[in-house]
Amino acid sequence: MSLMSWGMYPKIKNTVFKFDKKKTLRKIINEHDKLIPYGNGRSYGDSALSSNIIHARPKDYFIDFNEETGLLHVQTGVLLSEILESFVPRGWFLKVTPGTKLITVGGAIASDIHGKNHHVEGCFSECIKEFKIMLADGEVVTCSKEATPNLFKATCGGQGLTGIILDAKIYLKKINSQYIDQTTIKTKNLKETFEAFEEYQDKPYSVAWIDCLAKGDKIGKCLLMVGDFRDDGKLDYKVKKQKNIPFNFPSFTLNNWSVRVFNWLYYGKVKQSISKQTVDIDTFFYPLDAIGRWNHIYGKNGFTQYQFILPKETSYEGLEEILTTISKSGKGSFLAVLKLYGKANDNYLSFPMEGYSLALDFKIEKGLFDLLDKLDEIVVKYKGRIYLAKDVRVSKEVFEKGYPQIETFRQYRKENKMDIKFQSLQSKRVGI
Amino acid sequence: MSYILIIGAKSDIAKATAREYAKQGYDLYLAARNSDELKEFADDVTVRTQRVVNLVELDILDYKNHQEFYDKLNEKPLGVISAIGYLGDQKKAQTDFTEVKQIMDTNYTGVVSLFNIIANDFEKRKSGFIVGISSVAGDRGRKSNYIYGSAKAALTAYLSGLRNRLYDTQVHVMTVKPGFVATKMTEGMDLPEKLTAQPEEVAEDIYNAQQKGKNVLYTKWMWRWVMLIIRNIPEFQFKKMDI
Repeated sequence: MSLMSWGMYPKIKNTVFKFDKKKTLRKIINEHDKLIPYGNGRSYGDSALSSNIIHARPKDYFIDFNEETGLLHVQTGVLLSEILESFVPRGWFLKVTPGTKLITVGGAIASDIHGKNHHVEGCFSECIKEFKIMLADGEVVTCSKEATPNLFKATCGGQGLTGIILDAKIYLKKINSQYIDQTTIKTKNLKETFEAFEEYQDKPYSVAWIDCLAKGDKIGKCLLMVGDFRDDGKLDYKVKKQKNIPFNFPSFTLNNWSVRVFNWLYYGKVKQSISKQTVDIDTFFYPLDAIGRWNHIYGKNGFTQYQFILPKETSYEGLEEILTTISKSGKGSFLAVLKLYGKANDNYLSFPMEGYSLALDFKIEKGLFDLLDKLDEIVVKYKGRIYLAKDVRVSKEVFEKGYPQIETFRQYRKENKMDIKFQSLQSKRVGI
Repeated sequence: MSYILIIGAKSDIAKATAREYAKQGYDLYLAARNSDELKEFADDVTVRTQRVVNLVELDILDYKNHQEFYDKLNEKPLGVISAIGYLGDQKKAQTDFTEVKQIMDTNYTGVVSLFNIIANDFEKRKSGFIVGISSVAGDRGRKSNYIYGSAKAALTAYLSGLRNRLYDTQVHVMTVKPGFVATKMTEGMDLPEKLTAQPEEVAEDIYNAQQKGKNVLYTKWMWRWVMLIIRNIPEFQFKKMDI
């Protein structure tokens, strides 16, 4: 059976390899090229798609945990959700988590994922003590920032193109509640949105939902949600059962009007300009995980997420132009998530930089890629970049302009013979 | 502490079941041949759940040692779950009787030998539960796997009788009939997605059904109805079919 990514586009045939022991994996690597590791299939685009896939999700053993230091040692295929299930009741949480908990630890490293607290804690690589990785020659290296800095910088954010991560030691952080005090700020336009982000910068977690179809002086209106963990000792975290989307929705379900109505309802639900709520971990961090297979609402043709980031200096102008362009196009985005990021790290291909990022979902349909090409031009003009973990179509030219360390990454892959062994559809397209 | 004994602990269903019971607060005896190979898995369960996991050596075909195996368990288990299963090779079994013996002895005779010993102890103590993982393959013989199917049919009948015998003693016996499950046993087979369970789903079903005191569990649930239909196809028709 061939594997797909979360966006269900493109659909390609692939051979899926599983491995139990290192010896088996070494043999697979020796005998095959164009390999790419695949975790839980939650990256949206083609970063984990290739003709030969190494399925890492089944490697899901917990190895060790140190109660003193919070250092957790797990195999590559362990899901963040499994970590939470075991450790939230014991008062521990992930230092960095994305908007879904259904990703593997290996995948979190490969995309150097970030979350609502990027402006405070940075990317996932910040919480890594070390990890083991099998390289193109079958050798297993223990990689850390200190011991093997180049391999570390290439692998964190390197989209699985440096080797197969086997296990990792990551630091968890102490919490004393599974509840978050959330403040929701309703803004009227982009200017207010930016001001709100600045005002609430000291809150460790923040994210905004933007109404992408707002027009004129309402462009950029949002619900900004900020919060921090409570200190009430309530740690009775239980995993809720998912509700599943049972089948592919007909692709016309998500037309312009239904998205408009959705945004209106979501935005309209909040009456006051500032309101306070207490919400649990799953509601605050992982609202979409409550619905299993939600990717099926976009129909069988699949969907993509367009996520870009602009430097702080150009963010306002750039976002205004991009939101205007989307609004004019009439193409609906169910989710538009805006966030202010902290400083960039040294990793060659990590996405975050200091500035604002916007993420929008689009169903795959005629004319979409033309619109996204247009958005690319604006992103490049304002010196921004595109997030590989979401991408399925960006051109080499556009991609390169966003990542100043791209040549270092290419060179590193070539020198270590990774460029033939490890490839994805994406790596070939953007030439990395 | 309350221990659950899982035999055939190396199978994917057993591992998922072990994780489920540990998550629910039970300590575990994991019994298998070369049980030291389960060391990493035992650590996994302990790190996840902080429960005690003991590995114990058991050869299900070595009947004469079953009594000693059970006697050596320091604290007697609250319940036992057998996940022993050997699919074997149907084609081979049609011509090679050692394969038939292997299928029969593993799926049926070995489990019966051990379950008898445990049942007698539970009967005396008037408590405990016994869960046997059989298979939908035991509900009706088909040409593609009837040697395995007949061994599972025997196990199903055994569990039904045992349930009947122990009814008065409060010892609960549950028969589990999984349909398709995505495990090592079925790797490479082209299984229909909607009818195929993940081992974790089977484990959760087993835990919930055992806690509720169910007698026969089909997992996924729709297999109860699939098998109802299959059992009711008239034999003159069934014999011509290719399923």
